[in-house]
Amino acid sequence: MIKHDDIERSLPLMVVMIVIALSWGGLVEIVPLMFHDETNEPVEGLKPLSALELEGRDIYIREGCHVCHTQMVRPFRAETERYGPYSVAGESVYEHPFLWGSKRTGPDLARLGGRYSDEWHRAHMYNPRDVVPESIMPSYPWLFENKVDGRDTPKKMEALRMVGVPYTDADIEGAKDAVDGKPEIEALVAYLQQLGTVITKR
Amino acid sequence: MLDSFWQGWILVITLGSIIGCGVLIQYTSRGQRKEETDETTGHNYDGIEELDNPLPRWWVMMFWSTIVFAVAYMGVYGYGNIKGFLTVEVDGEQVAWSSHNQWKEEVQTFEQKIAPLYNEYAETPIAELIHNEEAMQTGQRLFKSNCSVCHGTTAKGARGFPNLTDDDWLYGGKPENIVQTITHGRQAAMPAWQSVLGDEGVADMTQYVRSLSGLEHDAAAAQRAAPKYQQNCMVCHGAEGKGNQLLGAPNLTDDVWLYGGSTKDITFTLKNGRNGRMPAFNEIWDTNTDQKIHVVSAYVYSLSQKK
Repeated sequence: MIKHDDIERSLPLMVVMIVIALSWGGLVEIVPLMFHDETNEPVEGLKPLSALELEGRDIYIREGCHVCHTQMVRPFRAETERYGPYSVAGESVYEHPFLWGSKRTGPDLARLGGRYSDEWHRAHMYNPRDVVPESIMPSYPWLFENKVDGRDTPKKMEALRMVGVPYTDADIEGAKDAVDGKPEIEALVAYLQQLGTVITKR
Repeated sequence: MLDSFWQGWILVITLGSIIGCGVLIQYTSRGQRKEETDETTGHNYDGIEELDNPLPRWWVMMFWSTIVFAVAYMGVYGYGNIKGFLTVEVDGEQVAWSSHNQWKEEVQTFEQKIAPLYNEYAETPIAELIHNEEAMQTGQRLFKSNCSVCHGTTAKGARGFPNLTDDDWLYGGKPENIVQTITHGRQAAMPAWQSVLGDEGVADMTQYVRSLSGLEHDAAAAQRAAPKYQQNCMVCHGAEGKGNQLLGAPNLTDDVWLYGGSTKDITFTLKNGRNGRMPAFNEIWDTNTDQKIHVVSAYVYSLSQKK
């Protein structure tokens, strides 16, 4: 019979035993989800992001929006009352990586799309205090000067296609022209305006 | 729903782990002394010796209680497709717990509680409801959570977002106008005139627009633009510039400027157009929608009523 002493005195054996002990949770909680329809199938009506929205998403990541904003409405009344229907896994199947976030300094953005006008978003990004005097969000005035560089957009879409996002050849071909030279703010607002719009009613 | 393979998978691993923990604690406890003594394990490191005592009883009890807790937890909340004992009330029926059902119960309980109040408010005409202080507090809270982001917490608006506390209304300030605006939203459509008027035309028209509200202006330039105003602008803003609430065309003869009344601002507006948008709240709210719109409309209406 194996003894406590034997495990403690053999590093490889201890490593193997620790890995086995730690993997139970993952085997039960993570592995089945990889083969689960609810997490693998897109919800009805879900479309891959357009080239412009995709560039907007990358700006969202670059500026670190996900550090202060979550994109995950949890199934609690207080949250569904304020933000809209709770988030479901099928909405995120084309997200690589997902931007659910884990900290809310600002409000959740999972159902932001269509809530405010484009004009509001532009004013808000230029200087949040112009529309919400109490806001502590930083200003992003450079988004109005910087232009989107579309050279990498087709490559990004090809990479996403490799992991299962159904972009067509036509999508990828037209991607560079669709975004090149547009102000970054336009891409970001396009991205924000589609957030969570596939599911509108609970 | 999990298929039977994965249901078996999670069940075997979980129960296996729980049973394994029980076996482990039993196995470790075997052959231990019953009592605490001064005997050592023989380990001696730099003069520090290790006593050979049994595992503390409180610790072993706690270990066992976590095992019992785990089994009880699975029984109460269910596991995978297996329903637990815990039930929640949804649509008047007791159903097994799930996070969706728990949320549903929470929502339904609240909606049932709030419904009589909302219905009472909904039956009161807006012109009367503004005297109901409680309703106005509800309206204010709804306003603050939903409307203040654009119109401000005091409803005084911001550049591009109308002040709701004055007497100037783009789409009308009667209760039914406000209800219409909040329910279906509004989409302003001031076209861009740069290509029609050209640089000079825009400059002249700017002077004409300023002349309408008696602001300082170049009379000759305004004179030049006057016929063009009648051709292009009067359709929406009216021959005298008094605006048209059916179209949301602002009155140009007063001193309220949504996008600023300076020469620079008016020039920009004329060149590029304006497309302010008010979202439709029947698309945003989905519980007690009409009632909420009624209460918020009353609150908004009240803002310009009390002086």
